[in-house]
Amino acid sequence: MRKIDNAMDVSLEKYDDTAEEHSYVEKLTQINPTDTDQFLNVGVDTHEEYRSGTFIQKDNSVIHSKTLQDGVEVMSISRAQEKHPWLDEYIWKSVSPETDKFTAMANEKPREGYFIRSLPGVKVEHPVQSCLYIEKEGFAQNVHNIVIAEENSEIHIITGCATAPHLMSGLHVGVSEFYVKKGAKLTFTMIHDWGDKINVRPRTVTHVEEGGVIVSNYISLKPVGSLQMNPITYLDGKGAVARFNSVLVAGEGSHMDVGSTILLNQPNTRAEIISRAIVSGGTIIARGNMVGKVADIKAHLECKGLVLKDGLMQAVPELQGHVPGVDMSHEAAVGKIDKREIEYLMARGLNEEEAISTIVRGFLNVQIEGLPVNIAKKLDKAISETEKDMM
Amino acid sequence: MLQIEELKVEVSGKTILKNINMEIPKGETHILFGPNGSGKTSLMMTIMGFSGYKVTHGKITFKGEDITHMPINERALLGIGVSFQRPPTINGLTTRNIVELCARNRSVDVEELAKQLNFSNFLDRDVNHNFSGGEIKRSEMLQLTAQQPDLVLLDEPESGVDLENIVVLGESINYLLHRGIKCPKGKPHKEIIQQKIKSALVITHTGHILDYITADKGQVLYNGVLCYSRNAREILKWIREYGYEECIRCAK
Ligand SMILES: Nc1ncnc2c1ncn2[C@@H]1O[C@H](COP(=O)(O)OP(=O)(O)OP(=O)(O)O)[C@@H](O)[C@H]1O
Ligand SMILES: [Mg+2]
Repeated sequence: MRKIDNAMDVSLEKYDDTAEEHSYVEKLTQINPTDTDQFLNVGVDTHEEYRSGTFIQKDNSVIHSKTLQDGVEVMSISRAQEKHPWLDEYIWKSVSPETDKFTAMANEKPREGYFIRSLPGVKVEHPVQSCLYIEKEGFAQNVHNIVIAEENSEIHIITGCATAPHLMSGLHVGVSEFYVKKGAKLTFTMIHDWGDKINVRPRTVTHVEEGGVIVSNYISLKPVGSLQMNPITYLDGKGAVARFNSVLVAGEGSHMDVGSTILLNQPNTRAEIISRAIVSGGTIIARGNMVGKVADIKAHLECKGLVLKDGLMQAVPELQGHVPGVDMSHEAAVGKIDKREIEYLMARGLNEEEAISTIVRGFLNVQIEGLPVNIAKKLDKAISETEKDMM
Repeated sequence: MLQIEELKVEVSGKTILKNINMEIPKGETHILFGPNGSGKTSLMMTIMGFSGYKVTHGKITFKGEDITHMPINERALLGIGVSFQRPPTINGLTTRNIVELCARNRSVDVEELAKQLNFSNFLDRDVNHNFSGGEIKRSEMLQLTAQQPDLVLLDEPESGVDLENIVVLGESINYLLHRGIKCPKGKPHKEIIQQKIKSALVITHTGHILDYITADKGQVLYNGVLCYSRNAREILKWIREYGYEECIRCAK
């Protein structure tokens, strides 16, 4: 354990939180191609086909922000504070600045982030896309994001995080506070492609009101120096639902400590955490924690890990029931690829390598809800590239 | 097509097959009988080359090539296909996916093949995941139909299959083996089937499958040796009447 703790330790002094201003770009097509390539990898479509809005932040500068549909707001957090004085009731109300040194830094030196809001009753047709991008060497990016899905609205946000190729060091701290109001649905898909020297510390808290739904998809297939997150979700209203899916791959040098905590505080709330993790030389600690505070709640946790190359795959499922009448279960499995599966496919004519990659692809193929087709395809491609790196 | 000579096979350090000699000529269908645990499945797994079935003596030749130690996938590409008794589930891989993989570079109409096997509703399910016994059989046949092997090894294709689906399955085996082909005018039957005719080795306990496919020969595996070879229906009748042991004894 100590080894991991060390790997997970980050000294803030090593990073600089200032960066040159990047100028605003009116059209996404004007962004330079090295950057857009990286954006594409994390699901940002510069042609904005089937998108309802876009937000892009490079280092500390918001270089693009717009909405393409009525009833949805996309802007930088500083703009939103000017525009909506009431935002004070949301900022730092779910996450406390005292949580740890990262939140303290984000509070002390706020450096933008996005504000995305779907207005009451509005079903946002296409996803809103956002990208948080680091270009500067040795940079600490502190962002603060707020998402509000107003009553009975529906919105899907795809957020990609990436760095310029060949960055040697960097730190990303993202404080996110999500509010899913009565009867609203927020689907949040996060795709990470950070680079193998970058430390990443997202700090996310979500509140879900009566009948609201949060679906969170998290995908990290590429190397990352270290990643530690454990978003907390409060199901505060009757019948609220949370579904968390994650797909993680840790190659050599990658350390990931990724969990989800869901508190089921009202009757008829439901929660599900599903994770698929592949260790190929790196470390993954996949956590899941569900807390049942009242009767008539249902929670299920499923964590499957595959170890392809020496490393560490640790599944830590936790269930806490406080009263009779909670229905909570978990399923965790860590293993290697079953030889019988490989030989079955070989008997159909695949060579060993093809058989293994087919099995790995299947393993990672969790049904990710609401994923637009082009991203699903890209994901598929990313998975096959990942396989090559793993073999 | 397939020739097995003096084959001795160990499983987990135990000799299961003692001395197998077998020949399946091109275009012939042979039936393999034998009591539970006699080694029928092991023989098929050995022909296909699965790990765990260790050939300690003898030789397997297919299409003139010595395949005794050839990797599984090379045997498959050379034209051997097997239907499994208990295939593994592969999570996240749909039946459609695996059928497409079986077809390799050939173009196949997966929907149409599935329709013929009453299996359309299963294409989007993970292969073998919670499939019933009969569903596994149809899934295996579907994969083989896409794979188009020249030698088909079928392990109890009819066990667990209901009365309606056994007809479907029998037809699909005929289709796979290129049997029961109608004769267009003017061309001799032999000439039409000659090109595509397949060989097969079929394991059965009940013999029900013999109502649907024509068998050229039957063999009985007992005590690790193939002790007996003649008309399949006749063997079946003897086994039914006298049991395996008596049947073997009197054959000597
Ligand atoms: N992997 C294995 N490890 C240990 N023993 C095995 C293994 N596979 C097969 N055997 C043993 O080898 C013998 C032959 O098994 P096999 O499955 O080939 O029989 P079979 O003739 O197909 O039987 P059935 O009619 O019941 O299908 C049995 O005694 C079985 O228990
Ligand atoms: Mg058997």
